[in-house]
Order: sequence, then structure tokens, then C-alpha cells
Amino acid sequence: MAATATTETGARPIRAGRRLRLPAWIGTTPFLAYVGIFLLLPTGIIVVNAFRNPSGALNLGSLKLLFESAERSYFIDSFELCLISSAFGAVLGAILAYAIASGDPDGAARRLYIAVSGVLAQFGGVTLAFAFVVLIGPVGLLTHASWFYSFPWGIAVIYTYFQVPLMVLVFLPAIDGLKAQWREASESLGASAWQYWRYVGGPLLTPAFCGAALLLFANALSAFATIVAWENQIAYSVPQQIYLTINSEVGLSNVNQADVLALGMIIMVAIIMTGYALLQRRAARWLR
Amino acid sequence: MAAVTSVGEAPLAAPVRRPRGMQAGRRRRLNAFRYVVFVFFTLFFLLPLLAMLRFSLEGSTLGTWSASAWTQIWSYQGPPPLMSSVEITLELAVLTSVVTLVLLVPTMIWIRLRVRWISQPFEFLCLLPLTIPAISLVVGLAPVYNKIRHYELSALMLFFAYVILALPYAYRALAAGLNAIDVKTLSEAARSLGASWFTVMVRVIAPNMRQAILNALLLSASLALGEFTIAYTLLYTNLQVELYSIDRNTPNASVIFSTSLAALVFVFLLLLIVSYAGRRRRRGMR
Amino acid sequence: MEGLSRRYGEVVALDGLDLTVHAGELVTLLGPSGCGKTTTLRLLAGLEDADAGQITVGETDVTRLPASKRDMGMVFQAYSLFPHMTARQNVAFGLRLRRIGSAQRDKKALEMLELVGLAEQAGRYPHQLSGGQQQRVALARALAIEPQVLLLDEPLSALDAKVRGQLRDQIRRIQLDVGITTLFVTHDQEEALAISDRVGVMQGGRIEQLAPPTEVYSRPATSFVAEFVGLTNRLAGTVSGSTVTVRGRDLPLVDISTAPGPAIALVRPEAVTLASDSSGDSGPLTGTVIASTFLGATSRVTVDLGDTTIMAQLSTADAVELPAGSRVSLTIRPDPVLVSADAAPAAEAEA
Repeated sequence: MAATATTETGARPIRAGRRLRLPAWIGTTPFLAYVGIFLLLPTGIIVVNAFRNPSGALNLGSLKLLFESAERSYFIDSFELCLISSAFGAVLGAILAYAIASGDPDGAARRLYIAVSGVLAQFGGVTLAFAFVVLIGPVGLLTHASWFYSFPWGIAVIYTYFQVPLMVLVFLPAIDGLKAQWREASESLGASAWQYWRYVGGPLLTPAFCGAALLLFANALSAFATIVAWENQIAYSVPQQIYLTINSEVGLSNVNQADVLALGMIIMVAIIMTGYALLQRRAARWLR
Repeated sequence: MAAVTSVGEAPLAAPVRRPRGMQAGRRRRLNAFRYVVFVFFTLFFLLPLLAMLRFSLEGSTLGTWSASAWTQIWSYQGPPPLMSSVEITLELAVLTSVVTLVLLVPTMIWIRLRVRWISQPFEFLCLLPLTIPAISLVVGLAPVYNKIRHYELSALMLFFAYVILALPYAYRALAAGLNAIDVKTLSEAARSLGASWFTVMVRVIAPNMRQAILNALLLSASLALGEFTIAYTLLYTNLQVELYSIDRNTPNASVIFSTSLAALVFVFLLLLIVSYAGRRRRRGMR
Repeated sequence: MEGLSRRYGEVVALDGLDLTVHAGELVTLLGPSGCGKTTTLRLLAGLEDADAGQITVGETDVTRLPASKRDMGMVFQAYSLFPHMTARQNVAFGLRLRRIGSAQRDKKALEMLELVGLAEQAGRYPHQLSGGQQQRVALARALAIEPQVLLLDEPLSALDAKVRGQLRDQIRRIQLDVGITTLFVTHDQEEALAISDRVGVMQGGRIEQLAPPTEVYSRPATSFVAEFVGLTNRLAGTVSGSTVTVRGRDLPLVDISTAPGPAIALVRPEAVTLASDSSGDSGPLTGTVIASTFLGATSRVTVDLGDTTIMAQLSTADAVELPAGSRVSLTIRPDPVLVSADAAPAAEAEA
């Protein structure tokens, strides 16, 4: 067996007769290169541009923009909508996840619902909006439910449509992770079902639940497509604003507004995701 | 971080699964609850889809039936022709999922075997796209894409961004698959028998991760099929973008619904098939 | 327990099982996978429903009672400690459910942890404890509620060999101290023989023999028991009267009502002695040593008799004198033997 340090699949052939010693991490370069160009670079561009003023020099004044009233209302409205929809989505999704998890692990119901969740979680944009247009739009089947046009409650219900599947996908492993022995042990120690959930099941699932809810929140924040397709019947949202700004021909004063908004979103979501990561770590330790 | 449930994956505790040691009465109550929940959610999910179905079968005057929306999928001219968007998006789906796999699978196996110290930063990088909403990402992508546009390539170029978007989901699915097998031992055994690294990855490890790989594939593909934001903002045309831009006031507009429905059902069936295809019956020990 | 039956679809897990455990006794259910021992335990615990039969504890019929009302303590094979609670909280859990005040709870919990020798680990979480420690905490937790019956479902199977031995003795010691009626389930015969008052050997949903360990070992009631517990030689012989003639020697029978005729005698290796044979004879009781397995104080020597092989258990000092290839002559000690009617070769006897 050759003792030469080998490299990643076929990426670099070992020269015959010469031992090429490369550190093992070289194998990750293709990945790093790709991610570098298409993820880190854009992020860097956003961050840097957010801090430039119109003439291109670095300037912290654009941060002021974040707190200006117009931008602020975008964030606040977005916030409200996301809060409501993630709350709904989390609770409803948890119930559905429990219903799925407590059944036959190989059964049709489980496979069906996981497949449904997989589809709907990804198609939450244009497709979903159209579906609702025909459901409750002017010529829709349920025209009288024009309440759906109200913001944020109506839209929130529409959001739950893809929030619930996402919740199922993320939260189901946690419920699966509840070991049967814990239930049985608590039973044999004298606990009723309610006591089990209160003292054992509930506390164990709480970090995972909160983490999943946070994920839903971040997801709602980014849900641009639904809003665009639902047309401008709704109040403003940050994603929509970003789009308008990028593709508008407004003057130079707006050149970094898109970056600022984008940065604002990134920060919001980043805070949320950090919370999510911390919660997940604890949940994973217990429920793995 | 906890895994995302993938299609077809059975919970890890499966082999000794009994109905949680409950007595018959409790089991009945639980089943009643489950029944109610499933009925509720079935209606909940089905309603808009049914509305779409109804509309897709609508004739030119209200109340009549016609399958023209479905046949139109082929004939709708646009511009651009609907089929070309479908085609491009399907190609994007394939391209995205393949590239994601090619990028992630060898890297993840390699890291697990040889470069374990990178796994934390690696995980962070893979999950980063979750943190950066697509709409924000696109702001930074625009300059990058402007450079690429010089080469006048088609909307297929979107796959670069799609792979990034798919990273978190694919990573989770693949990580779950890797965790379930003992990568180190398998690869050491293969290497000691004389296999090259390539053989180890392709013929030893990958086949044992079949379910996870299929899941990752499908998740990436469905992401591409449903993606709107980046394509739209960067002014490309993919399936969703085209569906969005079809003028809804024309009589042919119902093709929007038939196509959307077709895409949904297509992905759904794929996911369902994969969940059955990947399972391996293992007689539980008792 | 009387007449207990349980089926899972097509599979009959228990078939009319009767079992009585006396107060303060430790009974072990021993058997291979799928024999129904764990099912029995779980039925007793109330974690499963019986299809037929009755379960009585003391004077009370508990068959219809749910698990949470049966006042039994249970220790599972693994993973049963609540991961989000410390050892002390785990042990105190049952008391908390019974609304015992927190000061009293803690006191009792510490007491129990001391009983299992883990008082210092009271503040640790399960993932900070070793497998053996976790099981001890589980034991403390089960005992804390002062149940009438203690149930142990293969508690040692997931542990290292060394820890297994220590914990096994500790469990027995505590059981005797506390004097609690106990049902223990395992597939490891060494465990069963070492700690039980009585052993119930099970197969296919029925108890084949329920007796003290020495009896199960030396007077097995059925050939399954003889072959499951300890090693056995299967030797062809002929039954006539109250003896079976094996290779020219008459051996007394355990069951003198055995029908005469050809049969397979089940002979323990320790009943076989070997001596070096330089006479060059080849009788039915002479052979050549094939191999010798070193087990520490004793060794197991396999001898080729020409038409069959036989295992003998000797002290290592003696075995060393008879290396592979030596000619030996055998003596079979006239212990009562069991006879198996079927002539088909059995599966490998389990160690």
C-alpha cells in the first residue's frame, strides 16, 4: 500500500517516480473555491457596499439609513408578519409532526406526509401565491374570504402554508428522537401521560421546538417570492423593497440602499440563526 | 445540529419499535387523534390545490370544462415558449443536484476521513446560506453575475447560485447518511485491500449512503424547480418566473395552474418513489 | 402470572405461561432471543397487554391496571435515564410524582444513590456517566419508590464484560439487602446461574424448566435446557432399563421412564476424564487429542474418537500433559444423564 499522501478523487494525479506530498486539506479546495466565489464573495460585497457612500468611499453614514423611518417600517411590518406566521406554523407543524411520528415508521401515512412536506416547503413562492389567488381571488372559489388580503393576518395564514411543512421537516427528527424507554420508564415510575409531557417529553423537546420556530421565522423573513406574486395588495416588506431598489433606475443616492437593506436582513437572520444553532446543539445532545 | 427529516428515512430507533408499550385503549385514543389531525391537514393542504385544479380545467367561459390548459403546456408560445422554460428549469434541476452532489459528497467523505478538524467550519459554511436570505444574497450576486454575463450564457448559469441555496439541505441529508455508517472502518478495510481513494468513495461508501444521496438529490432538484427570487431579480427566465409573468388576463392564463400543478405533482411523486426505493428491509431482532 | 398469552400478528410470543415468584425471591428468565422472556417482563410491568391470562401481585389482580398504577420498579437495558435531569433528579422523579416534598425527596434520592455507590455523582448528567454508572442510577431510581416488585430487562447486556460482573453481584447484594421480589431477564446463562434463587429457562413462549440454578445445570429437564445451559456432548447410546449404554459404559438416567432403544445421551464435559494411553489399543473409549482451549484454571480438550468428537474439561495442569496428537483413554463419570430422543445433530451448544 502506497504511503504517499493522496489527494481528492482524480483531481491531481500522483506523478510517477516523484512523491508529491500535499496536505490533506487540499482535498477540500474545490468546495472552498466554489463557496468562496458564490457565497462569501457576494456576502462580502454586500457588507462592503453597505458602508460606502455614493462616491465610493467608506462611510458609516449609511447605517443611518437602517434606522430611517421608511426603511424601519419595512422591517417592522416584515417582523410582525413573520412572527405571526412562524407562531402558527410552529404550533400547527408540531401537532402534525407528532401525528406523523406516533404512527408506523414504515407506514404510508408517514411517507406521504413527509413527501408532501418536502414539496410544499420548496414551492412556497409563486406556486403558492397563485393557488391562493384562485382560491380567494376575484374569481376564486372562496371569493368572499377577502379577509385574506388583510395584512398581516391574512398573509400570515398563507405563509403557514409553507411554514407548516418546513416545521414538519425540521421538527420531526426531534420527536423521533424521544426514546420509547423514557416514556416507559416514566410510566413504570407512576407518571400519567400529562405528567410525562410536563416533566420529560416537553422539556426535552423545547429546545428543538424553539430552534425550529426560529428557523421558520428566518424563513418567513426571506419569503420574497410569495409577496411579489401576490402583488402589491400588501404593505411593504423588506424583500420587495430590495428588489425594487436593485432594478430601479433611481438616482445615485440609492446605490447602496439595496446593500443596506440586504445587510439589515442578513443581520436579523444571522442573530436568529445563532440562536437556532445554540438551541439545536442542546437538543441534539439529548435526542440524538 | 439536528438533521432535517428526509424522505424515506426511518427513525434511527426503528428496529425495536413497538407502539410505545401502550395499552389498547390508549392506542385507540391516539389513533383517533391522528385521524383528526390528518383529515384537517389534508383538507388544509388540498384546498388551494383543488382550486388550482379546478381552474386548470376551466373552459373559456366560466362553468365550462376544458383540458386546454393542460395541452397548452406544450403549445404556449410566450414569449418565451413555456416548454423552453420547463426545459431550462428541468436542466437546472439536474445540473444543480448533480453539481451539489459532486461538490459535497467527496468533500464530506474526505473531511470525515482525513481532515476532521475542518468539519466545524465546514458545517458552518454549508449552513450559512440559511442565514443569508436569497433576496439578500442576490444583491451581492448581481455584480458577480454581471461579470459572467459577458459570456452570454443562458439561464443555466443560475445553477451556480442554486447550488449554494441547496447546500444546507443537501448537507443535512448527507450528514445524516454519513452518520449512519462507519466511514472510517469501511474505508480502511477497502484501502487495505488495495482500493484507490476513488474506488473507496464511489464503490464502497457511496452505495451505503444511497438513501441520503437520493434525498440530497431530490431536495436540490426541487429547490431549483421552485426557485423564483434569484432568477427574477437577476432578470433570467425560469419556470416560476415565466409562470409569474404570464399575463393573467388572457384566456390562456389557466396554463399557469396546470403547469404549477404538474410541477408539484411531479416532485411529490418523485419524493414518494424515493422514500420507497431507498428502504432496505432489515428484520428487526427480537 | 397464570395462563399468559400474547401474540403479535402471526407470532405467538407467549403461550399459556404460568409463573409464580415468591416474596423476596430473585427469579431469572433465561433464554435465547425471541423466547418470550422480555414479553413476560413487559406484561408484568403493564407495558403491554396480555391477550389472555391473569397477573396477580400479592392479593391484588393487576391484569387490568395500567403500568403507572402497578407499583413496580423497572430497569431497562439502556438509555432509560432522562437526559435533561441530573442523577439525583432522575432518582427523585418517582417521588416527585407522588408529591413528596422536595427536602424529603432529595434525602431519599441521596440515600438510594449511596446504596448503589454513586452519592458523589448525584449532580452529574447521564451523558457524563459511564454505562455502568447509568445503570446503577436507573436501579436507584427504580428502588426509590419502594415498589413491591423489581423488574430488570437485560440490564447488563449493554455493558463491558468487567463492569457486567461487578454490577451483577452488586444488584444481587442490593436485592438481598432490600429483600425485594425481583424478576430478572437475560440471555446470559452465567448471569442467571450466578445470582438467581430460581432460573426459568424459556423457549418458544413456554418455560421449559423452573428450578434453582444447580438443578437446572445438573438435572436439566429437557434437552433444550441441557444444551442451552452449559456445554454438552451428544453421544449415541442405547437405553435399556434405567441406564443408557454409551460407548460400552452404562450411565444412569435422569428420567428412568425413558423408552428403551437408541437415543442421544447428553454428557457434560466435566464428567469426562482423560488419561494418557500408551497401550495402542483402540477401543470405544480411546482417541486422539485434536485441540485444547485454555480457559484459565481449566481447559477444554477436544478428542477425536474416530466416529465422533467429545469435549472434556480438565484442570489446565492436566491438560498440558496431553497436547494435540496424544493418544488418550476416557472415563465417563456416572452422573445421571439426560437423553434426547431426536437423533438429529443439534445446533452448537452455547457457552
